[in-house]
Parts: sequence; structure tokens; C-alpha cells
Amino acid sequence: MEALYHVAPFTGYIYPNESVVPWTVLIVIYPYLTGLVAGAFTMSSLYQVFGMQRFKPVAHFAMLTSLCCMLIVPLPLLLHLGHAERALNPMITPHTTSAFAVFGYAAGFYVVLLLLENWFVFRPHIVQQAQQRKGLLGLFYRVLTLGSYDLSEKAMSYDRKWIFALAVVGIPGAHGLHGYVGFVFGSLKSREWWSSDLMPPIFLFSAIISGVSLLIVLYALSCKLRKVPIDLDCVKGMAYTLWGFMMFALMLEAVEFASLMYRGREGIEMILEYVKGPLVIPFWTVQLGICSLLPVLLLSFMIWQGTKGKTLIVGVVTCAMLVLVGVLMMRWNVVIGGQEISKTGKGLLTYHMPWVEQESGLTAAILLMAPFVLLAVAVRLFPPWEDGKAAH
Amino acid sequence: MENKVEKLEEDGRRKFLRLFGAAIGGGGMAIAANSLLPEAAATETPAKAAIPAIPGYDWSQHHWAFGVDATKCIGCLRCVEACKVENNVAKDPNHFRTWVERYVTLEGEEKARIDSQQDPVNIAAAGAEGKYRFANRYKDAKVEKAFFVPKLCNHCTHPACVQVCPTGATYKTDDGVVVIDHTYCIGCQYCVQACPYGARFFNEEKRVTDKCTWCYHRITKGLNPACVEVCPVSARVFGDRNDKQSPISIFLRNNRVTVLKPESGNAPNVFYVGIDKEVG
Repeated sequence: MEALYHVAPFTGYIYPNESVVPWTVLIVIYPYLTGLVAGAFTMSSLYQVFGMQRFKPVAHFAMLTSLCCMLIVPLPLLLHLGHAERALNPMITPHTTSAFAVFGYAAGFYVVLLLLENWFVFRPHIVQQAQQRKGLLGLFYRVLTLGSYDLSEKAMSYDRKWIFALAVVGIPGAHGLHGYVGFVFGSLKSREWWSSDLMPPIFLFSAIISGVSLLIVLYALSCKLRKVPIDLDCVKGMAYTLWGFMMFALMLEAVEFASLMYRGREGIEMILEYVKGPLVIPFWTVQLGICSLLPVLLLSFMIWQGTKGKTLIVGVVTCAMLVLVGVLMMRWNVVIGGQEISKTGKGLLTYHMPWVEQESGLTAAILLMAPFVLLAVAVRLFPPWEDGKAAH
Repeated sequence: MENKVEKLEEDGRRKFLRLFGAAIGGGGMAIAANSLLPEAAATETPAKAAIPAIPGYDWSQHHWAFGVDATKCIGCLRCVEACKVENNVAKDPNHFRTWVERYVTLEGEEKARIDSQQDPVNIAAAGAEGKYRFANRYKDAKVEKAFFVPKLCNHCTHPACVQVCPTGATYKTDDGVVVIDHTYCIGCQYCVQACPYGARFFNEEKRVTDKCTWCYHRITKGLNPACVEVCPVSARVFGDRNDKQSPISIFLRNNRVTVLKPESGNAPNVFYVGIDKEVG
């Protein structure tokens, strides 16, 4: 039988109620997925809004990826709630002083925006399929046309205007949504580890690098699966984008950490103990060393050397995979880390993640895989490839 | 003709899309703007519309507050036990509406050693998880200074927990008590995170957050909170600040008091006498 709760071992002095860690691994997954949404949308906007042609091969794919991740975002929250059946209460009676009250609206708005933009982008395909296909799949596409079969130049130009407008609105939308996730943590004055004005931009830039990395990995994988050559120019562009945004992300994190240490407010001794002890592996070694500095150095080296061909692809994909792990670790170190430092400033806790129950490693793994299962289906229904070759 | 109909439908859809986008965007912005208002707004209680119908009780006539005289507390933990029984709090060492901390400074040491009834050594001394006592763990040490500090929800004037609650399930009543509507709480535990005092916990049975209510069911009937009632040394003081002769009014008049973590801006309403600098 599943335990009602897990007691976290502690050292020093903690408040008695702190011994049960309130936010578990699922609250690590939630900002991670939201970040992937924002990052993937950024990639798509670079083409849709800023007209960067080299990103054309991944622009539509990025949009689908963003949507598939966004559809899963509410799940970790729902699974975490004590009363999931009351999940709509914040939307029915939003308590307007709460940073979290707006989530339902912000997420709802963004899902609608993504659905609309995807609909406009894939409308020609939907109409074409609706006219060609019979049976259930035909019906599916016919419903999706929403009764509009007009593919005339006038209609398409109208669609393009909408795509552009939605992408423009989507930039502050996606980034606002994720910056706001950072605000949920940064605005809490009860925990020194979270309480920082820099938390929203830190979340935002780490989100962008995770989204770009995800697209690098997925694009390379999809090309391999579809047996089509990878567009090197596109991969190189994404590598530059990753490198650029990583500079911001790393700088912001460094500044935030330096400020925390330099301010040295009450409880800093415990934070230092935490930083020097439990954080050696998850933060210094994995997040910073292997998954941040190593990819930056590797990317810098490849850019400097002008690496080309397969070496470039392998190198960039490796970096992207490391960054994906690094951002996940960043979420972990923020969400779990904040709770492992006691509010007393005089004790440390250790969160032990259970493996098989509602809020466990298994659930987290399923939630992390879910967007890609959706995506695998979505790319078959709505092929986003510019080269026209469908997935096998 | 068909084209015209199609055109009309298309126009309708466009208008709908525009309106829909504007409505959702506008609504979201309004809420986002409101959520940035200062915490003073947190006290704007959604419960104002629904004053509880307690016979013979008018919450606008009271202003409850709590006092703790740490110089009197003997660490007997009867308050903790009474609270657990009165409020049906889980009898384990991880969920408390009130608790007591022990601060002991040994000779030659600068920092106090702190523990509460939750410490494994104290649980072992009590003999069971549902029983509470402080182990005599310093009997062979040279103690320079020692004192006990009862803790509970501070029922703050600007409660961070109320500010962050996404549904308004937790709110501040007109008589100054912060309560939780267990039938409306979604159990997100954002309030647990926001409370700087560790006063909130997750009620595993009801799947909602829980905390001290100053025994609201008792005080609205003219009784004291259970912890105050059982305290053998009157270390806990409770009363109505609107009544100048109430125990709390006298306590506040006769003592120089302090509150916990005043820098948090929460403005607690549990006032302490006789605590040391490291108490937070």
C-alpha cells in the first residue's frame, strides 16, 4: 500500500511540519515542461516572426512540439493536487492576489493560441486530407477544417496574417507564461533559496535553451528516422542560438548565486553548508560542470573550428542532450533544493523520491515521455516537414 | 449564393476569433495585474460575502490576539497534546498545529542547541509517536541558558499564505483569525511554502492544508483555545483586543513584546515575551 506521506531525514533544527516535503518531483517536471513549451515556441518564432529562413525546416515542427508539451503541462499539477477534482476552483473564483491564480487563464490562453496557430499552419494539409480521405480519419480532418475549405491565395494570405499575429502575441505569451513560473518561486519570501528578483529571467532563459536543445535532438532524430539528410545550416543556426542564450542563462544564474552569497542574510551559513555538501553532485558536477560548462566549451570549440558535417551534428546533438539534462537538474535544484534548506535557517532536509506511487519517479518519467508520444502521433497527422517526407 | 453564405460564415468565424482572443487576453492581463498588487490586498477576504452563521457571535465585534510568555513555559507539552486531541490532528511527529521548541546554550558554546518534541531523541523518551515529552538530554551537560518557546500560527495581519492561495480557500476573518475552508482548498500547498513560520502542513487524511485556527470553534463560543486552556503555567495568553480588560490586552499593556520574523512583513498577531535572538 502506498504510504500516506514520506518523512524527509534532517540534520540541525527544522520546523516539525517541514519534515514532509510539500512539493515533490512532479513540481520539478511542471516548470521543465513549461520551459520546453516556451523554448520550442521561441525557435518557431525566429522563423515565423523574425523571418530567419535557416530555421524553416524546424519552424512548424517546433510549433507542434510546443503544443504537445503544453497539453501535458497541467498533468503534473493535477496529479500533485490534494483534490484534483477541485482544480477549476482557481479559475471559477480566482483569488487575484495569488501568483498562482492566473495559471489556469495563462495556460488556457496559451493552449488556445497554440491550437489556433497550429490550425492555421496546418490548414492546407487538413483541407487536402479532408477532401482525399474517407472513413474515420477523413471525418477527423473534415471536423478539423471547421467548415473552411478555402485555400485560395486570398484565404492563404489571410491565414499568414493570423499566423504572424499569433506568433507575435505568442512571444510575450510563451515567455510571460514561463517568466511567471519563475515568479511563483521568486516571489516567495519564506525561502531564501527562491526569493530572488532574478528568478523569472533565470527560468526564462533556461527554458529557451531547453526548448532549443529539444528541437536539435528531435530534429536530428526525426531526420534519421525519416532517412532524410539533416539541414546543416539549420543545425548550425540552432547551435548558435543555443550558445547565445546559454550565455544569458549562465550569467543570470551566476549573478543570482553571487548575490545570494554576497548579501549573506540570515541563514547563509546553512545555505553554504548545503552548497558545499548535498549540492556537490547535483549542482556543481552535473548541472554546472557536465551539463552547462562542457556544452558551452564544446559549442565554442566547434564554432571556432568551423566544424562541419557529421562531426558538427554529433557534437551539437551531444551538447543539446547535455543541456536538456542540465535544465532538468536546474529545476530539481531549485524546486527540491529550496525545500531541503529549512525555513529555520538552522537545518537541512533530504528529499527521497519514491519510485512507484502517485508522486514518484515513475510518474515523472511517464509525464516526461508523454509529450513525445503525442508528438509521434501529431507528426503523422500533421506532417511539419519542409522536405515533404513523412515519418515512417 | 453559396459563396455568400460561406463568406458570411467565414466573417463570423473571424469576428469570433478576434473577440475570443481579445477576451482571453484581456481577462488574463486583468488577473495578472491584480496579482501584482501589494499584500495588503490579501486581507481583502472573499469570505466577506459569506459571514458564518454562528449563533450569538458577531465577528465584527472582536479582534483576537495571542500572547506567549516564554519565561513561564516549562515544556510540559500539554498544549501540544490538547491541540492534537481537540482538533483531531494526526498523532504522528510530522503534523502539528502547535509545537514547543527548546533552546539550550551550553557553557562555552555560542549557539543554542534547538529541538522540539519531534526530535527522535524526544520521541524515544516519550515512548510513542503519539506522546510528547522533552528528553532530559542535557542532564550531564553544563547548561548556561535554557528556555522553551511555544509556536503556532501567527494569524498575521498580512498573511503570506492568504496572499498566495489561488482559490481564496484560506482567508482572514474580520475578527483576525486566518482559517481554511477545507471544502474548497485544492491542496496545492502553495500556502505551506509561503508561510515563513512552518505553521501549515498537509492534512493527509483530508488532502487539504491545515493549521491552527486558535480553536475557532471554541473562541466563537466564549471559550479559550485548547492550548491556552490546558497550560498549567499560563504561558499562553489569549483574548480580545477590543476588550481592554481581556488577558491579551493586559499582557500587551504590561509587557514589551516582540514577534517572530518581523522582517517578513507578515505582521504576526502572536506576541512573545522572553525569547532570545535566535528564535525565529
